[in-house]
Amino acid sequence: MRPFVYERATDVADALDRAGDGAVFLAGGTNLVDHLRLGVRSAERLVDITRIGLDEVEELPGGGLRVGALVRNSDLAAHPALRRGFPVVAQALLAGASGQLRNMATTGGNLLQRTRCVYFQDVTMPCTKRDPGSGCSALEGYAAGNAIFETSPRCMAVHPSDLCVALVALDAVVRTTGPAGDREIPMTELYRRAEDGPETDTHLVPGELITHVDLPPLAPGTRSAYRKVRERASYAFALVSVAAALDVVDGRVRDARLGFGGVCHRPFRARRAEEALVGGPADAAAFAAAIDAELAHARPGRDNAAKVPILRNTALAVLAGLADEGARS
Amino acid sequence: MATPAAPLPPRPAHPGAAGRVETVPVRLRVDGVDRELDLDPRVSVLDALRDRLGVTSVKKGCDHGQCGACTVLADGRRILSCLALAASYDGAEVTTSAGLGAPDRLGDLQEAFVARDALQCGYCTPGQICSAEGMLAEARAGMPSHVSPDVRDVDSPVELTDDEIRERMSGNLCRCGAYVNIVAAIGDVARARS
Ligand SMILES: Cc1cc2nc3c(=O)[nH]c(=O)nc-3n(C[C@H](O)[C@H](O)[C@H](O)COP(=O)(O)OP(=O)(O)OC[C@H]3O[C@@H](n4cnc5c(N)ncnc54)[C@H](O)[C@@H]3O)c2cc1C
Ligand code: FES
Ligand code: FES
Repeated sequence: MRPFVYERATDVADALDRAGDGAVFLAGGTNLVDHLRLGVRSAERLVDITRIGLDEVEELPGGGLRVGALVRNSDLAAHPALRRGFPVVAQALLAGASGQLRNMATTGGNLLQRTRCVYFQDVTMPCTKRDPGSGCSALEGYAAGNAIFETSPRCMAVHPSDLCVALVALDAVVRTTGPAGDREIPMTELYRRAEDGPETDTHLVPGELITHVDLPPLAPGTRSAYRKVRERASYAFALVSVAAALDVVDGRVRDARLGFGGVCHRPFRARRAEEALVGGPADAAAFAAAIDAELAHARPGRDNAAKVPILRNTALAVLAGLADEGARS
Repeated sequence: MATPAAPLPPRPAHPGAAGRVETVPVRLRVDGVDRELDLDPRVSVLDALRDRLGVTSVKKGCDHGQCGACTVLADGRRILSCLALAASYDGAEVTTSAGLGAPDRLGDLQEAFVARDALQCGYCTPGQICSAEGMLAEARAGMPSHVSPDVRDVDSPVELTDDEIRERMSGNLCRCGAYVNIVAAIGDVARARS
């Protein structure tokens, strides 16, 4: 690990004062410390933000939630208002990592975790995300984990987060502060496509601090769920995952939200499927047509074609489950 | 049991870009004893415990957050000490498996692991014990898991079925595959404590 200077920020203003000049924010450290150790990343200074506050979940008028960037993943998943109003978010968090890691991992850190692509983590291999201009080893190498949506030969990596898949589906908004002033960035616009330049994952500027994530309320009666497929039953990243929210009135879909994980350089919002669903009947045939409309745009490669049927089956199972749940209540 | 290892002499500081490393003072209360350290900020809680303080009950498996062998309790919550920078945990109360009992007065989890033969080589065991201690507290506080029947149900107490124990302990790998008896041992303690 390359040496760095450690500084502890006392509040948000102090954290911003200390940002810049090769400084990197340290939150739970579960991704950053690993990367410093692997040599994937170096820092001149670590600015520890774990004691600046921002560690509360606030209920907003109208049923939304404002989640502090330093709220730990375990505390967020256990929060009663989140569990009742946004089960898809609680389920996504609980499907991620392990009990120990969730106790450490923060909301902001989860959003900014880097890909688990094996080549990104192996400093002996070319990887343009880690070493700009060096090319993508996953194109011709081990490619079973590669993206199938918005693919680009520049980088085939997928975003690893579970939480983010639920957040893009729910139109969550990221609140930041920093050199560019205070900003509100929709989750769906936070991340870059591989084609836009995979060297950086997001549109945040250096030194910009995530302060909160806002969850807008869902229409009453909306059902939501998260389902993750992985190579073992627990403690593994997603092969594919689906976050969905469905508002069904009199057998017809009034609102539909769909996010896919494990399939794209960014947490993927399945807008084509949503458009096909809204206004249509909440039945198996309509669900299949909608998911197929989205999957028609998938570009699987040599080793990851299995993601397509697995994603299809998972999405259909989630939608059927939500429609069923709505019908029973 | 062998006597606890004496703390090793501090390692020479790694020459940095500027040719020196700025150390940081770190206070930890480890298994009930206050310890003061002056550390290279790169040192993890795990390395601080093992290499600087001679607390070797905590184990290093992967050093990447993937195995759970290094699990300790920090202010009562289970964490992975390999990914925790000691400087960031300044002031924390750290409990290792050695703080949860001793050979002549085993803690209930330690007792149950022996009674159920929940280990083979024993390398993962201190992490399993700390993780189980933290997990039981989480369940008592009503924290849901991936296999909980309905996350929306915030009122019902957590019932620690074998499936729940397996899921909640999935962050602790056991290379010897003692899982069946680990689940049984933790189940015994969960029932005895409730
Ligand atoms: C073995 C293992 C398994 C895992 N499995 C899963 C999984 O299944 N699903 C999943 O979703 N995740 C998984 N994770 C990843 C884990 O969720 C992330 O590492 C964690 O969420 C990162 O949060 P952190 O607070 O520890 O971030 P850190 O490691 O502290 O920081 C990560 C990055 O975010 C930046 N940052 C942090 N907070 C802010 C802020 N407020 N403003 C600006 N920048 C900030 C840091 O500078 C750094 O660049 C796993 C991790 C491990 C080690
Ligand atoms: S040594 Fe920390 S998780 Fe393996
Ligand atoms: S008992 Fe050997 S690793 Fe678990």
